[in-house]
Amino acid sequence: MGVSEPKTLFVAPLSKPDAGSVGKTGTWRHEKPVIDEEKCVKCLLCWLYCPEDTILRREDDMVYVDYDYCKGCGICAQVCPVDAIKMVPER
Amino acid sequence: MPIKLKDLPRIRYNMPGNAACPGCPETMGMRYVKMALGDNVVMVIPAGCSSVIQGINPKSGMNFPILNIVFAAAASAAAGMKAAFEELGRDDVQVVVWAGDGGTGDIGFQALSGAAERNDDIIYICVDNEAYMNTGIQRSSLTPYGAWTTTTWTGKTEHKKNIPLIMIAHDVPYVATASVGYPQDFIEKLRKAASIRGFKYVHLHAPCPVGWRFDPGLTPHVAQLAVKTGLWPLFEYERGKFRVSSFSRMYRKPEKRAPIEEYLKLQGRYKGAGPEVVKELESYVNRLWEWIELLEKSMSPSTTAKKLVSKT
Repeated sequence: MGVSEPKTLFVAPLSKPDAGSVGKTGTWRHEKPVIDEEKCVKCLLCWLYCPEDTILRREDDMVYVDYDYCKGCGICAQVCPVDAIKMVPER
Repeated sequence: MPIKLKDLPRIRYNMPGNAACPGCPETMGMRYVKMALGDNVVMVIPAGCSSVIQGINPKSGMNFPILNIVFAAAASAAAGMKAAFEELGRDDVQVVVWAGDGGTGDIGFQALSGAAERNDDIIYICVDNEAYMNTGIQRSSLTPYGAWTTTTWTGKTEHKKNIPLIMIAHDVPYVATASVGYPQDFIEKLRKAASIRGFKYVHLHAPCPVGWRFDPGLTPHVAQLAVKTGLWPLFEYERGKFRVSSFSRMYRKPEKRAPIEEYLKLQGRYKGAGPEVVKELESYVNRLWEWIELLEKSMSPSTTAKKLVSKT
């Protein structure tokens, strides 16, 4: 009885960059950032400092928040020079 | 050339929904790498928070092709990868090592020193959050004096190892320090590094809200305070010339610096720190700036540094 060769199957553990690699991280949030569009001066500092890329830019450089993934760290409210971003508690 | 924020494209630089803690400086830094260098970048990442932030197969939380490798081989793996790219004729690809402070100053130091000595054409970025945050806040050789960690629970009794000055002693073409509090400065330094052939070292100061025990919204503020107190001077060393960066230049004079207490009181890791810790840190800052002044005066590039050629 011959011994059959063991089957070797190489599975490359490759991951592709995609949003939500650990799910919708918006559920981690205690406070959500709310942008006052009238106060905003479009300096883009919140967009620059946001660690999650959840602050996005419209065509006219007005910013908005992706609440699906925003973890609510509050950096955007901290760096805003005109206090246009308020942290509002989640209900 | 100063960076204009409006000119940067409206793309997603990092993938949202990754496993990083709220207010993480590493994902911030990762975005600035993408802003600075664009898409032709391959990352080499040794063990650390950055290997966790990527998340679970089949999705990756970082918008880069990444090779995960053991602690002790990050710089040598990057050097090998760069050699392979050169063999394929892909001169446009930047190989970037993204290592933590433990992977740079403690475990990966021999590979880093070796790659610097061989002058391999890679960019090495050390993301310095001043302890082993991924495994649970153990002390590293880059933890500053007096800081609490789970292995130095009465405060560390030794000073921070100054890796940028050690890298300057290696006489590599480019060494710079940066901070997540000053992204434009970091992006500018990375773009300059990408235009130079040879070994480039950038040390990024990254305050970690979890390990340093401060509010996650204060990450940029704490990073800026570290520069303003003079504890983290921003400088660059380019082909034998040492220069203090513009954001740090005014803190050369001790009277212009912010008080160190202001920096310490924001952080829970300095909760038990008394006035003797402040005094010791102040003398450390003074010694550091004396050293910087000495380096500025001795502008005599070595012969090997002069021979280095620019890519452009």
